[in-house]
Amino acid sequence: METGKQHKWLVALSLLFSATYAQADWTVNMRQGVTEISRQVYDLHMMIFWVCVVIGVVVFGIMLVSMLMHRKSLGVEPATFHDNTTIEVAWTVIPVLILLGMAIPATNTLSAMYDAGDAEIDIEVRGYQWKWQYTYLNDDPAKEVKFMSTLLTPQEEIQNKVAKREHYLLDVDNELVIPINTRVRFLITSQDVIHSWWVPDFAVKKDAVPGYVHEAWTVVEEPGVYRGQCAELCGKDHGYMPVVVRAVERAEYDQWLAEKQQEAAEVFAIVGKDWTMDELMEEGESVYLRNCASCHQANGQGIPPAFPSLVGQGLSVGPIQDHIDIVVHGKAGTAMQAFGAQLNAAEIAAVVTYERNAWGNNTGDMVQPKVINDQLAGQ
Amino acid sequence: MSAVIEQHHDDHDHHGPAKGIMRWVFTTNHKDIGSMYLWFSFAMFLLGGSFALVIRAELFQPGLQIVNPDFFNQMTTMHGLVMVFGAVMPAFVGLANWLVPMMIGAPDMALPRMNNYSFWILPFAFTMLASTLFMEGGAPNFGWTFYAPLSTDYGPPSTTFFIFAVHLMGVSSIMGSINVIVTILNMRAPGMTLMQMPLFVWTWLITAYLLVAVMPVLAGVVTMMLMDIHFGTAFFNAGGGGDPVLFQHVFWFFGHPEVYIMILPAFGVISAIIPTFARKRLFGYPSMVYATASIAFLSFIVWAHHMFTVGMPLAGELYFMYATMLIAVPTGVKVFNWVATMWQGAMTFETPMLFAIAFVILFTIGGLSGLMLAIAPADFQYHDTYFVVAHFHYVLVPGAVFSIMAAVYYWIPKWTGNMYDETLGKVHFWLSFIGINVLFFPQHFIGLAGMPRRIPDYALQFADYNMISTVGAFIFGFSQLLFLFIVVKCVYTGKKATAQVWEGAHGLEWTVPSPAPYHTFSTPPKVDLKEAHG
Repeated sequence: METGKQHKWLVALSLLFSATYAQADWTVNMRQGVTEISRQVYDLHMMIFWVCVVIGVVVFGIMLVSMLMHRKSLGVEPATFHDNTTIEVAWTVIPVLILLGMAIPATNTLSAMYDAGDAEIDIEVRGYQWKWQYTYLNDDPAKEVKFMSTLLTPQEEIQNKVAKREHYLLDVDNELVIPINTRVRFLITSQDVIHSWWVPDFAVKKDAVPGYVHEAWTVVEEPGVYRGQCAELCGKDHGYMPVVVRAVERAEYDQWLAEKQQEAAEVFAIVGKDWTMDELMEEGESVYLRNCASCHQANGQGIPPAFPSLVGQGLSVGPIQDHIDIVVHGKAGTAMQAFGAQLNAAEIAAVVTYERNAWGNNTGDMVQPKVINDQLAGQ
Repeated sequence: MSAVIEQHHDDHDHHGPAKGIMRWVFTTNHKDIGSMYLWFSFAMFLLGGSFALVIRAELFQPGLQIVNPDFFNQMTTMHGLVMVFGAVMPAFVGLANWLVPMMIGAPDMALPRMNNYSFWILPFAFTMLASTLFMEGGAPNFGWTFYAPLSTDYGPPSTTFFIFAVHLMGVSSIMGSINVIVTILNMRAPGMTLMQMPLFVWTWLITAYLLVAVMPVLAGVVTMMLMDIHFGTAFFNAGGGGDPVLFQHVFWFFGHPEVYIMILPAFGVISAIIPTFARKRLFGYPSMVYATASIAFLSFIVWAHHMFTVGMPLAGELYFMYATMLIAVPTGVKVFNWVATMWQGAMTFETPMLFAIAFVILFTIGGLSGLMLAIAPADFQYHDTYFVVAHFHYVLVPGAVFSIMAAVYYWIPKWTGNMYDETLGKVHFWLSFIGINVLFFPQHFIGLAGMPRRIPDYALQFADYNMISTVGAFIFGFSQLLFLFIVVKCVYTGKKATAQVWEGAHGLEWTVPSPAPYHTFSTPPKVDLKEAHG
């Protein structure tokens, strides 16, 4: 009986651990990564680590010997020495030499990281509260592929209502896709506060600072999906803006890019047509849930006063143009962002229509994408 | 009442302190003010610690269980601000108040009335800061480093109160440090030269200069924020021609010396305790002084190593990397000197010595991870991860905080006249020592594995170590209630302490009776030159 009880406890305890962490890819050290630079950084890290371990073992070893041997309880008499020029010079000079030994490889690696060669592919990485926007820069604006990359993990998993899947918090709707064995340059900036774009497997971490365009580059050697996170505190959902990069063979990349360029062209076409109310509402709800619900909530009630309610009050039932303007331009000094650069005209039209008709607002107003498109183009 | 009999007819010395609450409100006595600083800092330590326990409780498991992300950010911010400005700094000022006059044979601080002001500003500053938790929009939520524009254009309305609170803390620190400088330079007993001062006095003198130099920089940066928020300037707003990176340069020009402000007096404490319990003079006293001064100088020229990922040019990165690595040299000298002091001593291991030895070991671990962080290319991987959190908590908790606890155990018999309970003291030490390592050591691993700091929720591969870390946090946190019990018990009861207290103790504070009379050294003592600094 007694052992049975203990057994139950053990099972419960092991379940507690294994249930949560079955999928965990468990590491205790820096990743070697998949680029020449990341391996250099790893080697540098391990070298300094072992130097520190040796210093620690020597210093703590001497302390331990002293603590064991030089105790009053053993009847020892304290020595009277209190200086020794030779040893003091030695323990000043030797650390300097060790530091020099570290500084040389560190300087080499750093110089290699800063080597600003020409890249084949330029991608603008733009941080927003709390998502990333990737733009594949292209001289022909019609071929410019641009999309937002947002956390895919549903609120139910975060709120512990359902089991957490693999890649919890490290999964996005649209991954950044790059080819392997190709030099890719990232031009990193921010639309609002400071973020930091970090992919541990590339050893690339660069702050996204509003008003600056910072440069980083990588040459990935192995295909795979590489996950990182925003590394600079950027507000409420700082913990919820992962970076996911899929590195693929060159041919696959070219095919992917072609499809994306095709989609981009289609969006232009879509914007041109007349939408029905049902189409707008359906698209609008999806846009709303992805972009607006984290602040204004799925039921539109918001979290006053920081995030106002959209139900039966304010701009959602006020003048249409003011409503469009705040969605497009945001509101300075608040968390309300300018969505004009993040959403396409159809998405803006749909979400405005949705907000004016959902949750009992029922204004009956409809906003057509081409109206928004004309306004955006007129800026 | 006073052990020191006065010749002149100032009858102040013949009666003790005033009675009742007004004693504490109007006191200009360095011992009263020192006690108030220490009690205040302990209260802040418990407050900041309770914020930390909220953070650790939320991080016990992945997912959101207890708080929402915004409140989590308020907790990390308030924890940092309260611990840095409310717990660690006032504790050292309290120690300076109690000890500096007694160590240099002065009757009191040089500017007693200002001493009173600099303490009494603090309760108002921290009441204001804590009250932001109850304001609409919540407390500051942008981290203790309050990077713009998150703290300006995107900050909560309570940011203005935070700015005013920081101004008050700065005023208090500047007044306190001016007082320390003036006291040390003008009021040493005749015959005590600078190079005969105890190392605690030396480290505080240098710390005070650091404070006077950098607190105005902090005041400047928060004032620029205030202007950006309320008066339409754009110092840190790129859209208005300002520069968010400028904020970080100005902040860290304050912030890096600030971290040495929190550790230099700790070096002084440890340099007093180890010789006492090793029954051997401090090894390399002059090199200790020069090392402290070197560290203080270097602290002004390394600030941008906090900003390696901010997009500096290669030359800037290299300069700040090399300069930062240099700090390892004088810091190493200090550690080696302490070890050489222990070597061939005749050691006993009372509670203050246990905390001091733990300080040397764990501070060194924090120093070594600091050396790793100095290597700029590797820092790209460490920066803003839990590796950094582990690093600075190793230097601040088993570093600064352990040194404060060591100091309290070491000098409390002098303050209260009673010995503390040695058994309970050792229990407190071991609980703290185990708790702190269970709390912070695993954070090295989750940081290297890639967990960013300041996140309320994390990916599944970080779960095991976060759970362990939280267990350690609660062990360490609740052990501090035992510390409170030990101190209160010592104030009221305990074996009577002798004037000497510790067999191996040297220095003027051990020549006055225990408890130290309300007024000491009204007549300057004779300084036995060899004995002064142990």
